[in-house]
Order: sequence, then structure tokens, then C-alpha cells
Amino acid sequence: MKALTLPLMAGIMAAGLAPASAQTLSIGLKSEATSMDPQFHQLSTNIQVAKNIFEALTTQDALQMVTPGLAESWEVVDDTTWRFKLRQGVKFHDGSDFTARDVIYSFCRVPLVENSPSPYTIFTGGIADMAAEDDHTLTITTTATNPLLPVDLWSLAILSANALGAEDQVTYGPEGTCEGMGDVPQAPAFNDPAIAVGTGPYILDRYNRGSEVVVTRFDDYWGGTPDWERVTMRPITSDGPRVAALLAGDVDMIESPPIQDIPRIEQGGFTIVDALSNRIIYLHMLQQEDAPGIGGTDGENPLMDARVREAISISINREAITERIMGGYAQAAGELLPPPMFGTSGRDVDPYDPDRARELLAEAGYPDGFSITLGTPNDRYINDEQVAQAVAQMLAQIGISVSVDASTASQFFSRRNALEFPVYLAGWGASSGDMSSPLKSLVATFDAATGMGPTNAGRYSNPEMDTLLIEAMATIDDEARDQMLQDAQTMVLDDHGIIPLHYEQTVWAMKPDLIYEPRVDQYTMAREVKRAAE
Amino acid sequence: MIVYLVRRVGQSLLAVMAMAVLVFIGVFFIGNPVDVLVNPEASQAQIAATVERLGLDRPLYEQFGIFVWNALQGDLGTSFVYGRPALEIILDRLPATMELALVALALSVGIGIPLGVWAGLRPNSIAGRTIMGGSILGFSLPNFWQGMLLILVFAVLLGWLPAGGRGETTEFLGMQVSFLTWDGLSHLILPAINLALFKMSLIIRLARANTREVCMQDYVKFARAKGLSPRRVVLVHVLKNIMIPVVTIIGLELGSMVAFAIVTETVFAWPGMGKLLIDSINLLDRPVIVAYLMLTVLIIVAINLLVDVIYSAIDPRIRLSEMKG
Repeated sequence: MKALTLPLMAGIMAAGLAPASAQTLSIGLKSEATSMDPQFHQLSTNIQVAKNIFEALTTQDALQMVTPGLAESWEVVDDTTWRFKLRQGVKFHDGSDFTARDVIYSFCRVPLVENSPSPYTIFTGGIADMAAEDDHTLTITTTATNPLLPVDLWSLAILSANALGAEDQVTYGPEGTCEGMGDVPQAPAFNDPAIAVGTGPYILDRYNRGSEVVVTRFDDYWGGTPDWERVTMRPITSDGPRVAALLAGDVDMIESPPIQDIPRIEQGGFTIVDALSNRIIYLHMLQQEDAPGIGGTDGENPLMDARVREAISISINREAITERIMGGYAQAAGELLPPPMFGTSGRDVDPYDPDRARELLAEAGYPDGFSITLGTPNDRYINDEQVAQAVAQMLAQIGISVSVDASTASQFFSRRNALEFPVYLAGWGASSGDMSSPLKSLVATFDAATGMGPTNAGRYSNPEMDTLLIEAMATIDDEARDQMLQDAQTMVLDDHGIIPLHYEQTVWAMKPDLIYEPRVDQYTMAREVKRAAE
Repeated sequence: MIVYLVRRVGQSLLAVMAMAVLVFIGVFFIGNPVDVLVNPEASQAQIAATVERLGLDRPLYEQFGIFVWNALQGDLGTSFVYGRPALEIILDRLPATMELALVALALSVGIGIPLGVWAGLRPNSIAGRTIMGGSILGFSLPNFWQGMLLILVFAVLLGWLPAGGRGETTEFLGMQVSFLTWDGLSHLILPAINLALFKMSLIIRLARANTREVCMQDYVKFARAKGLSPRRVVLVHVLKNIMIPVVTIIGLELGSMVAFAIVTETVFAWPGMGKLLIDSINLLDRPVIVAYLMLTVLIIVAINLLVDVIYSAIDPRIRLSEMKG
């Protein structure tokens, strides 16, 4: 009798845990959405969940190419005026029709969202006026020429004006001066599925903070019947438990399994998909006379000399890093964005040549090298600290003695922004998917007044490049803009103002009967998970 | 009694205040939340606006002053990340942690005491030695590793139980609990065992040592000599007398289980307060970190106070000596 008990128990337990049906999908995410309000916090974890429920005028496909969304087509009227044709026959989850009024209401609400940790006003700030010609035709006027408007619009979720209590007539005014808004619900109200009404393929069922977000199929979705009856997204923040949840069958798919666990997951019969991401891992060097953490140079900052910067770049064996430290899940980088994305030139990766690096150092007047501190986060990017250690060893080969200063991300970013590191390792994901993003943030001259170079903690400055970049950012013609961005990037890289290391690859692991086309922007979007053909 | 109580409450308040100062200053120095919160594409002006809105541009003493003033009115600040009152966010998570801690406590007491007493009664038997050996394992293996091993064996290899999460919850006395459904219960088993193992080992050792001591006492020998059944001797005379130290430990450990189930909650993705603390530290959500630590201090201080009061009620000697001192 006793011998029987155990297997019997096992049988009962297993029966209780069998999946309800094959119509459900459950995903283990590495971080949690902080709100169901798609206009509350501009954060990738929030966006990838919200995109199942809410849509925007435009969409970005897996390669970040802009394609029509709720807007069927658009045309440029003049440099600052755009006309959008809205899709007909689109229904909200509550059954009401999607019209231009919903778009105006949604854009109007952005500046009215309270307590936003990272507001969406960076996208609405440049919109001077919006007017509905009819229910499905909308003109948008921008304050300055903005060729990236269709890209920006992808970030602005369209809410239901009816569900949120707008008046019949909503009139646009910049920076929160709209009329007819009614009583605007704030972020916490979006936990209620009656408020969180969008046009997306899935309807919010419940949001249990810290535990799960559950969405169900929207049968009247304009883009055809969604694949899953029910999707559960669970935050499992630690790597080990997330992998365990997949192996144990708790979830069907996980994002970002640790690289060292991938062989084991594959052995278990799971599918691994990976793709190059838009995230570049780079070294930035403090290029101003007064720099901390440098020794053996009589107070001079050797990083001011382009030859020293080039020496650092060519002393790094990028292939070794991607092969040995990144386990092949990265690609050596020659640019700030992986080609063939917009504005890339296909420039070659800097060659590994330590002999030439030593010569350059000697020419620059540092035949015996110098000592320097390399700052890096140790929990932000894939194997970040190990990469920094490898770079340190490679620089030691040419006589630069590097001490690695690794800290947790929250500490690292504070110290980096306070210019505490003469050299630092960090990453940049170009959310717009084009070259102006890294150029504007990382290498344009730091200027609080114009908003250029906010993340340029190397304080690189090249006025010629700045001029070209600003011109490019105001050029509507794609071909001309592409060329200008390529030229601007070439200026920076010829100058070795910043050193690209590698492009990260994003990895997903899932049950073999699922298909996911990996996204360049690293988002895990439940709506794009498909079932493999039988 | 009143004097004693007033003095103990006064001491507790002092402890809470000292903690407030330490926590606030500590949190102030672990980094600037804006660098983590704001989208990196934001311009300098937008970053400055966020800094101002969150009040981070004010000097430390001013921020502390505002915090104390609001705290006295019951407002522990608004979470930077969630944009809602920090206390509300923590209290949202409290039932999950309480449930886990209480189940773990029941497990450690329900299993720990019988095993400990058994080992104490027969210290040299094979069973007694095995129990003690097991308790050393439970003591010395790191909590995190135990958790991963439980997941590996019961979830991945055997597939009996889920690897993490909370499962289905139902409403019970106005709180969401998971022990009422099979799905919820199956999610509860592994984390509860993980959290209970260490406490169980502690209780086994405590019960064993006390049992051995009590067995030597004259009244036990006398009870035996009088011809009482061994069952009655153990259940009435031994068990009653070993309970005093065990109750003390249970009281103290319950507080620490509620406040610091962090490791277990992280390993099992259990949506409790501990996991909230870790997430908040990573995001530098200062108001939540401060409110959490203040709340745990309050809980521990309150439990200690309660234990002391119960003591003095049980044992008048404690009260008397305090009054003289």
C-alpha cells in the first residue's frame, strides 16, 4: 500500500496541473510592467505588454521598419504638415468605432498624465496642432520639421475617448491646453478593463501587480482573429527561476535566458531564436582637459588625442569577446547601429592590431602607456562586467593599465552622468531604429539648452558633425537624410570619438510548437507569437 | 503594568525614529533615481523637470523634513515608479507574504516540534541521529540553493509542482489567498517548504535540547515513577515545559519571515513584499524602499513588544524586576 501512495499522488498532482487547453499562451518576462496605462511610463517592459491591448497610428515590424497601423496611409503636405488617412471599420474593445476624435483625445492626454516617471511628452512636445477634416482624415502640424514623425507616432497609444469620458468635441491645444477632455482618468484607473480600452488584438482581463497580466482574445479585431484565446504574461525577474519555469512547463516561452543556460534549454527540446538587436555596446572616453581616474600622464588627459583613442580601439579583439564571452550571441560592431538599419554605411569593424596600437601610443607621447579607470555596470547588459575585464586585459597588452570599476546599474548610471569615469562601457538601443538616435544622444555636443547630447558623458564635441546632424534631423527626403546621417557617423568614427564594441543579440526560448520572429528592438510581443504549423 | 507598557512603547518609538533617519540617509546615497527612471532619449530639460517634480533637487535635510512631516500624517510618499502611494503598493503585497509566512510557520512548528521531541527522547537512536543530521543540512545549506534544488527536483525533473508564481487566488476575509484552491496550494507548497526549512531546523534543535533537559527534571522522573503512561508524560509534562522558549523563537521568527522572505520570494517569483523590495531597490524607487523598511521595523518592534507583554503577563517576575530597575 505504502509503495503505491507516491506514484498515485504524482498522478493526481500531474492531472491537476495539465494545461487547460492549447489555446492559451503563457510567457515569462524578465521585468514587470509598472502600469496598464500606455501613456504613463515610457519603458520597454510597459510598451511590450501595452502593445497587445493598444495600438498606434503606425507600427514597426520586427526590423523596425515603419508600416501602417491605425493610419492606413499618410502624406507630407509641406515641411511641417502631415495628412493621415485613418483605417475604417476599426472597433474598440467596448464596441465603439475608432475615429479621429480618439486620436486627438489620446495625444491631448499625454501631458495631463500625472506622476509619470518618464513622460511621453518627448513625442507630443513638437505637435503644434491637430485637426480632423472628417472622421477618418487627420492633419498634424509640427512646430519644426520632423522627418521621424511616423516613427514617433508608433509610441503614442490610441485610447478610447468614449471609455475615458471625453466630450463629443475634442479640440487640440499644445502642452495640455486641449478642450473637451472631460475628467481625465489617471494611470491607476487603467487596472480596470473598462478604462483600459484599446483597439488591439487582446483585451485586458486582469493586472495583478507583481504576479501576472492576463489578456483575452478580441474577436472583432480588425486585423483578423488573434492566435490565442488567453495570454498570461508573468514577470520572473531572476534568470535561474525563469529558465526553471520554462523547463518545468509553467510557461511556454521566456525572454532573455542566460547565455550559459542555452545549451541545456536546447537539450530539453526547446526552440531558441535569436536576432541582432538595435543595441550597441560601446566604450566612451571623457574628452575634456579635466578628467578623473587617469595616472602617469602628468595631469594631461591622453584621451584628447585622437591617436590614443584609435590605439584603444584597435587594441581590442572584438571577435574574441563575441566568441568567448558572449558565447556567439553578439556581433563585432563597426558602427553605432547594425547595418542595414537607417543611416548605416556598412563601415568595417576596426581591425585588431596591437602592434600598430603601440606605435600610435608612442607617437602620441605615451610610449610607456598610462593608467586609467574603466567604469561598467555589472547587471545591465549581457555579461557586461566580463566584457569590461576582457577589454582591460587587452589594453594591458599595449601598456595601458586599466582598473575596472564595476557597480550595479542604478549606481553606475548616476556616477556616469556625474562624469566620474574617464572611460566607461555602456549600451544604447536606438528606439527609433535610425542613426539619428545614437548620434543625437551619445556624441552630439552636450547642450542642455538645445537638448542635444544628453547621454554624451564623454563630452565628445565636433561642431561640424553637430551642424550636419541638425540638418539631417530636419530633412524630410529619406535618401538625402540617409546620406547625411552616414556622413555624420563617419566623422565621429574617423575621429574615434566613441568606440563601438559589439551589437547584442536578443534570445528567446520557447516550446517547439511556437514560432516567434525575433525583434530588433528586443520587445517580447505576445501578439506576434504564432503556433507552428502542424 | 501600565508603567512597564508605557516604557516599552517609548523605547519602540525611539527605535522606529532612529531607523527612519538611517534608512532615509542610506537610500539617499545609493544613486540618483532619475538616471534609472527617465528614458535615456529624454532631453536635459525633461530630466530636470522630472527631478523637480520628484523633489530631488532639494537638499537632504529638506527632503527628510518633508518625509517626516508627511509620515506623521500617515503618508509615506508616492512611488516614483508606480505613481501611487508607497504604502498602498506595499499593503497590496502584504497578504501574499503573510500567507507564505504563516504556512511556513505552521510547517516548521508542526513538523519541527514532534521531530525535535522525538530526537530528544531517544538521542542515541538511529532516528534521533538522522533527525539531527537532517537539521544540520537544513541549517547550513543556503536558502537560495535549497530553493533552486526544490524547483529542479519537484518542478523540472518530476513535474509535480509548478516552479513559481502564485497561481489562482480566491477572496477570503477580504484578502486574496491561494490556499483554498488546488492550483493555488500547489504553487504554495515549494516556497513554503523553502522558507520553513531553516526555521524547522532551528525548532528541532531547540525542542531536542529542551526535551533532554526537561527529561532530567525531578517532576518527570516522579511522573514516570508514579506509573503515568509515557504518552501522558511526554504530551503533558514534557511538551508544556519546552514550549516557553519555542514560543519566543516562533514570535521572533514570524517577524523576520514576514519582513525578509526576500530570497524565497525571488527564487519562486512569489509576488510578495520581499520581491517588491528587491525590484524597488533595482529601480531606486526611494519612497517604496523607505516605506517598506519603516513598515518592517514597525512589524518587528510590534511583535517584540507583544512578546514582552505576554511574558510579563505569564511571568510576574519579569514585570516586577523591570519596575524595580
